[in-house]
Amino acid sequence: MSNNQTNNNSNLSFLERLMLLDRRWVFLVLALVVVSTYYIPMKVPVPASTEVRSIYDAVEGLKEGDKILLAIDYDPNALAELHPMTYAILEQCFRKKVGVIITSLSQNGPGMAEQAILDIVDSTALPRTYNGVSYPGREIINGVDYCFLGYRAYFELVITGMGQNFRTFYSRDYYDVLLDSIPIMKDVQNYDDIEMVIDISGSNVVDAWIKYAAARYDVKLALGLTGVMMTDYYPYLGSGRIFGLMGGLLGAAEYESLADNPGLAMDGMKVQVWAHITIILFILIANIGYFGTRKKRGL
Amino acid sequence: MNRKVLIPIASIIVFIGFVLLKLDWDGADRTHELWEALEVTAGGFLTLMIFSFLYKDNAFYKFAEHLYVGISAAYWMCVGFWSNLAQQAIPHLSQSLSEALGQPFLGYIWHYWIPVALGLILLTRLLPESMKIGWISKWTLAFIVASTAGLFITANLQANFIAQIASTMSLPLLPDWTGFGDFLSNFDLSYEGQFVKMFSNWVIIIGVISGLVYFFFSKEHTGWFGRVSRLGIWVLMVTFGAAFGYTVMGRVSLLVGRLTFLFRDWAGVIG
Repeated sequence: MSNNQTNNNSNLSFLERLMLLDRRWVFLVLALVVVSTYYIPMKVPVPASTEVRSIYDAVEGLKEGDKILLAIDYDPNALAELHPMTYAILEQCFRKKVGVIITSLSQNGPGMAEQAILDIVDSTALPRTYNGVSYPGREIINGVDYCFLGYRAYFELVITGMGQNFRTFYSRDYYDVLLDSIPIMKDVQNYDDIEMVIDISGSNVVDAWIKYAAARYDVKLALGLTGVMMTDYYPYLGSGRIFGLMGGLLGAAEYESLADNPGLAMDGMKVQVWAHITIILFILIANIGYFGTRKKRGL
Repeated sequence: MNRKVLIPIASIIVFIGFVLLKLDWDGADRTHELWEALEVTAGGFLTLMIFSFLYKDNAFYKFAEHLYVGISAAYWMCVGFWSNLAQQAIPHLSQSLSEALGQPFLGYIWHYWIPVALGLILLTRLLPESMKIGWISKWTLAFIVASTAGLFITANLQANFIAQIASTMSLPLLPDWTGFGDFLSNFDLSYEGQFVKMFSNWVIIIGVISGLVYFFFSKEHTGWFGRVSRLGIWVLMVTFGAAFGYTVMGRVSLLVGRLTFLFRDWAGVIG
């Protein structure tokens, strides 16, 4: 910083300095708050909203042998927000012996989706108790308990095609096994043979699920979305196109709370709370600076 | 030694040092342990390189950014080739090519040549202009535009237009209404309560009408029309505010995710 600038800044009032605060201070303070929060033992209550509860209740209401389609349509850049939803729903389904057909229509998604599946397969091998119900550990078998179909290009066409027959675009699964030889897929021709679709998405793939699966084939559809996308999709709840909606890390935490399966989302809530408080404080400080110097600036 | 040489060498030494620190020396499978240590350390370093942009633009950030773009492009191309050409088209076009790519031959279907031909035609755009053949690619573009429009228009009308308007128009102004006496005696401020339902429906209806009025430019926004239009601006501002709030929440979630990776998976300082 030049001497001139230093002299100019020293002549400024406190409120004017607030207005000129270098944004890197904001980043530093936010980083310090977030990091230090990890070491504060604190539990944030996460009351479930109606739109998240309706997804949980729908999955909880499934019977052994029912099948759902879980669409993991996000890239690693949305992993922090959406992966916890995938983990919680997959574990709930595997514990309840509900068959899961998994697609991944985002190009960078299949590797990440496979990682989630394998993690939950390992986790389900251990006995656990959720909401007072004890589940013994069991081996989850690929092709029997789930089928991972992987990625296909042109998601609009794939989603429309699956409404006629899954085999139109997926003659083989992600592991190159013929669909007709996979036990869980034997009685599954199209959306009529599954109970619901849960799309966890960080991109416009979700629009295709609404337009082609829900509107055209009347599929029972629920969405898990990034926080940024949430306000755009609330209207679909009102029109009944979707029956449930989870948004961002908070939505994932609500689901984990309902499923009694605390994970990364509930862990992240305390950090999120303090980060939000910090951001609100900075907004207040900037506003105090703005209104305090308004007269001087002739506004 | 030149600074431009010294910094990369020092960075590589620090990277190797972190890999060695991360290595589980007692692990049974040394190769697996080494790969895991390399992966996690590379992830940690790349995260810090990207975060360094918050201070100011620098060579580390540029390196991470270019690496991301390059790897993404290569990954997309490989996935595109294997999922479209190798697994979908070629098994229906050529037995020898299918076997060469390790794919089972699924029987010859002649019409699979149509998308292949359209794809090849699209590539004529890449030929030198002097050949004057690039214009043929417009046939493929025309096919894409026409088929996409045909597929999208009806679906969009059905899902986004008719259904949304119908659901807004069918909102009851007095839901579950059985008389004023019942309303007062069962007054409830909970989410499922009659008052909140009624209030929500009124907000939606007034919000939609005032928002539409704001975008109606055939009449001057004065008098009562102007006042409704002004209310429409407020509705829009509240909507943008809610969207911004969710965006901040989403971005903080991503920060939480990255920091959890840095401090738990990489540094191992939190449980």
